[in-house]
Amino acid sequence: MIEIENVRKSFGTLEVLKGIDLTVQKGEVVTVIGGSGSGKSTLLTCINGLEPIDSGRILVDGTEVHAKATDLNRLRRKIGIVFQQFNAFPHLTVLENVMLAQVKVLKRPKAEAEAEAVKQLNHVGLGDKLAVYPSRLSGGQQQRMAIARALAMSPGYMLFDEVTSALDPQLVGEVLDTLRMLAREGMTMICVTHEMKFAREVSDRVAFFHKGVMAEIAPPDHLFGAPRDPELQKFLSATH
Amino acid sequence: MFNYTFQWKQALARLPQMLDGALVTMQIALLSMAIGILLAIVLTMFRLSGIRVLSAIARTWVEIARNTPALFQIYMAHFGLGSFGIYLSPFASILLGITFNNAGYLTENFRGALKAIPDTQARAARSLGFPQAGAFRYVVLPQMLRIAFLPMTNQMVWAILMTSLGVTVGMNSDLYGVTQDLNALTFRTFELFALAAVIFYVITKAITLGARLIAARLFRY
Ligand SMILES: Nc1ncnc2c1ncn2[C@@H]1O[C@H](COP(=O)(O)OP(=O)(O)OP(=O)(O)O)[C@@H](O)[C@H]1O
Ligand SMILES: [Mg+2]
Repeated sequence: MIEIENVRKSFGTLEVLKGIDLTVQKGEVVTVIGGSGSGKSTLLTCINGLEPIDSGRILVDGTEVHAKATDLNRLRRKIGIVFQQFNAFPHLTVLENVMLAQVKVLKRPKAEAEAEAVKQLNHVGLGDKLAVYPSRLSGGQQQRMAIARALAMSPGYMLFDEVTSALDPQLVGEVLDTLRMLAREGMTMICVTHEMKFAREVSDRVAFFHKGVMAEIAPPDHLFGAPRDPELQKFLSATH
Repeated sequence: MFNYTFQWKQALARLPQMLDGALVTMQIALLSMAIGILLAIVLTMFRLSGIRVLSAIARTWVEIARNTPALFQIYMAHFGLGSFGIYLSPFASILLGITFNNAGYLTENFRGALKAIPDTQARAARSLGFPQAGAFRYVVLPQMLRIAFLPMTNQMVWAILMTSLGVTVGMNSDLYGVTQDLNALTFRTFELFALAAVIFYVITKAITLGARLIAARLFRY
């Protein structure tokens, strides 16, 4: 379970998160939508402790992320994250990309790590690209590799930050299909996305962020069918 | 007028001794590069550490190495330390001086290389649970060494050429030192130094070509 309690966060004088409360249950899929600069990415990087927060707290399986005593490196193994920018390690093959952290961080034996990597790469449809370097992959393939790399760590949670935003339109579908598959399999996920159709399909709940505030959160039917927040209404009519 | 008669045979007779010297030269250059690269990696980590004392050490090192003559650096290693009662052999002095120079230049090269690696690489590694040092070692460092490979090759060539400064601290077993001693013995100045120049040239060319082969093997991405 991820519990976000009254989290505030500023960059200098700019308050980016203005008291966010959100609880994500095991197995739940929450998508986050909202305009540019509304704080969606910041929230994700706060959840895995890449960014500090100013007040409030975030608990992952009961562990307070920003507590001094928390071993962030250990905690991050539980939380997979995939970013908008392709983050393939260019000096490693696809297989090595997915093996590296398993071997060096989790200390898995090589053979076991390789088996897991192959399994995850097959899962995202890259079983035929094991020996290829990332520079030979399309953007969509690179994103699927990044997903496999995160999944190979056997995380309890996956965070996705607009993983399709940097992709050519014809490649968006294959990545969204991968996310859909994970959702079906019961992975606990928070997905920041601009893909409304996708959000409507996969989400248990959809959260709308506006200027650092979670202005509305509801199951997709409600949020898209009967939006109450005026800013959300504006946002939805602009994106349709 | 021009009454110098070339006597190449005399010079060529000394070739084996000169090649022995060339081996010593290569030994100094290789050692100074190996240690220099390790030191430069450490200095680079000092720079990235955010700890003020450490980054000041790295900065000072780089400044001195790049902005003073290599000859001065080698002198300091020998006579400078000597003033404090630390007497290094000519071999150790030249090795220390060139290593200091290599580390300084390489640290600066690494800095440039790091700029070409997006922050998102380290961030992705941290997200997978790597501590800062692990993210550097497994994700940033290999990319940095690749980008800095050509400047490293250049520095290796420099290291070879810098060994000729060893004569100023009494070094006489390297290529240049041997040549100078032979010259004092035989006075075949032009022939001997021409021969030495050819050997230097062959070594540095071999390094450049060899590096290209290594790069092609190492960096397949
Ligand atoms: N490291 C940072 N330093 C300073 N300001 C930042 C930093 N990261 C984000 N911001 C600012 O915080 C605000 C929220 O950024 P954030 O990236 O969370 O928005 P977002 O909702 O993800 O937007 P987008 O849809 O464009 O990705 C923006 O105004 C952004 O400029
Ligand atoms: Mg964002």
